[in-house]
Amino acid sequence: MTTAEVGVVPDAATIEQIARDVLAEHPPASTPITHLMGAWYDAGLTWVYFPRGFGGLDAPRSLQPLANRLMREAGGPEPRTVNTIGYGIVAGTIRRYATPELASRLLRPLATGEEKWCQLFSEPGAGSDLAGLTTRAVRDGDGWRITGQKVWNSLAHQSRWAILLARTDPDVPKHKGLTYFILDMQTPGVTVRPLRQLTGRAQFNEVFLDEVYLPDTQRFGDVGAGWIVANSTLGDERTSLGDRVSARGSGAIGDALALWAEKPENHSPILREQLTRLWIRAEAHRLTSDRARVAATMGVQGPESAITKLVGSELTQQIYEYCIELLGPEGTLIDTYSPEAPDDESGPTAIQRKYLRSRATTIEGGTSEILRNVIGERVLKLPQELRADKGIPWRDVPR
Amino acid sequence: MTQEFEFTEEMKELREMVREFCAEFSDEQTVRQTMETEAGYDAALWQRFGSELGVFGLAVAEELGGAGLGLVHHAIVVEELGAALVCGPVLGTLCLAIPALSALPEETIRAEYLPGLVSGETTATVAIPQRAGEYSPDDLSVDAVSDGEAFALSGRLDYVADGSTADVLFIAARTPTGVALFAVDSESTGVERTRLFTLDQTRRQATIVLQNAAARLICAETETPDVLVQTLATATALLAASQVGGGQRMLDATIAHVSSRIQFGQAIGAFQAIKHRCANMLIAEEQARSAAYHAAWAIQDGTDEPLIAASLAKAVASESFLWISRSAIQLHGGMGFTWEGAPQLYLKRATADSLTLGTAAEHTERLARVAIDEWEPALV
Repeated sequence: MTTAEVGVVPDAATIEQIARDVLAEHPPASTPITHLMGAWYDAGLTWVYFPRGFGGLDAPRSLQPLANRLMREAGGPEPRTVNTIGYGIVAGTIRRYATPELASRLLRPLATGEEKWCQLFSEPGAGSDLAGLTTRAVRDGDGWRITGQKVWNSLAHQSRWAILLARTDPDVPKHKGLTYFILDMQTPGVTVRPLRQLTGRAQFNEVFLDEVYLPDTQRFGDVGAGWIVANSTLGDERTSLGDRVSARGSGAIGDALALWAEKPENHSPILREQLTRLWIRAEAHRLTSDRARVAATMGVQGPESAITKLVGSELTQQIYEYCIELLGPEGTLIDTYSPEAPDDESGPTAIQRKYLRSRATTIEGGTSEILRNVIGERVLKLPQELRADKGIPWRDVPR
Repeated sequence: MTQEFEFTEEMKELREMVREFCAEFSDEQTVRQTMETEAGYDAALWQRFGSELGVFGLAVAEELGGAGLGLVHHAIVVEELGAALVCGPVLGTLCLAIPALSALPEETIRAEYLPGLVSGETTATVAIPQRAGEYSPDDLSVDAVSDGEAFALSGRLDYVADGSTADVLFIAARTPTGVALFAVDSESTGVERTRLFTLDQTRRQATIVLQNAAARLICAETETPDVLVQTLATATALLAASQVGGGQRMLDATIAHVSSRIQFGQAIGAFQAIKHRCANMLIAEEQARSAAYHAAWAIQDGTDEPLIAASLAKAVASESFLWISRSAIQLHGGMGFTWEGAPQLYLKRATADSLTLGTAAEHTERLARVAIDEWEPALV
């Protein structure tokens, strides 16, 4: 079995050999996924750019796509799908902020999917204005007591761990009084309630925290530095984008093309033109995403990376709006609004379900309105809009 | 060889170099003066671009006076010339003639014409029968007659880019056995050129009437259709790059304006109505950039169907540049409507570009045929 020589930065050939060895010994088709991903972690392939012993090989980050590709070609899962939030958002923060003991406790079960992660950031009163959140963390001996309510927590009902933002100082302006923690969801005082969304399913949750205790070792970063830590997390989320270009005509536009082919009786010149215009936009967006990907591998972050979420979400929404139109009267039907429906993407009325689900795309992960502010202020460097709470202690901000 | 969208340091330096040269020798004031002249461009400045800066032959083989770097480099140059609205035969010489000649099968013909075009000493244009940006032999309007030794062309050509100033006219004409490409000296007898007054004063056109004009065969019937199809795809991709340049310049100008224009006690760019439109301008610009450079890379490396890539580029870049330049006028307020303001120049360029080598609607229709009507689900 190949191993990377300690002290030598592994190159592509080494990564490839190690990956092939692991995959030969643990054929994805016949290996339980936790075993497969465990072996992948132990070999340092989950995040090749992490330190050895922590799922990595101290290799350049640019080699990660190679490892993911080999896994994919062998029929294994995309690593991020095993633990969406954990892999994409949390792992990098653990590496940067956790003690080595805590990191080695957390990372392996994260990588295997045995311990799922969720995010406890948003609140009923703090969505776009996340930094205005009210959940309090109060000192209690060697730890903290957390009280508050969180919302929009996907996977919270299945998660063992959560990342959590809470207010530790209400007497300073909002961004400066936040602290970042990780929370064991099995701790007494944590209540998870499903939140049913307009699709009928309960994909998200509300989480109630009532005097929940956590030790100070589960604080990441300094007290009051939570906003900075959270932003490094969000940065990871943005750079954990795919390692390859999607194919022309795949994704949402592929659904529209397939529906068009299935429904010749519904064709009309107007619908043909609309589909063509959506196809053109989908292509331009696909190419822009690819440009962002190439720029990221070259270590450049250009304007293209800031706009892909915004453009992609609005486009997806408009494609499914188009699909519903193309369906005609059939679009008035739905197979189920059961909260237990397995997903929003399959079944006899998959298009209708995706149409309903797509309403969330321009809200989750930053609303389109907020993203246009961000593009205007951070990319185009336009002056900030006036903010009524700027520089004011959080306690004195009207709410 | 670089992969698609890998913009190297050397490409960035090229872009900076061209941009600085334009800023110094073809600033807005110069453009405004030049566009009012009879010729419509400054031949001496054009030659400096070709010889001193040496940026006209980046996609031309080294043995023909070029640099052999490929179409992406050429597109960067065309983009920057478009950004600065440089007056001159960008369309005729850089987008059409140089790609057409580079595609010719005969080495001796290439060697005869390309070095002069690359150095900027001579200019040229190409007349290709087209409809909706596609090569269309049914629309041929010129006939070639041979007396056994020499050819003579007769017919009428409309909307010929840079037609009144080009030294050489490359003209597709009907022969008894098909369509062939000919070279005609623009000064020769039987060539009557009429300058047209164009909405975009920085980009000239002419009507050309040929009556038994002496012509030289430069590409035979067997090869000509392929050469013309390829030339149109390349020219379309390059024109899209030029549109990207214009769009970026108008975006930058608008950001500068709304960041400094004070109303209601603050810079108007702080208002979301303004800010969000600016964000949408950036989005439009970036979609166009992706589509245009995808086309340049695809044609350079053969990684995508050239006609799809070129039509996509032109459809997206036309809509983006038009919308950005119209937004620039809107966000400049009253100043955007003045003759002195820069946005009017770019609106006119955007309008002309969008109607040249196939409109956005025409390229959209072509994509409808290729991408929708002929689409087949991938076999699983």
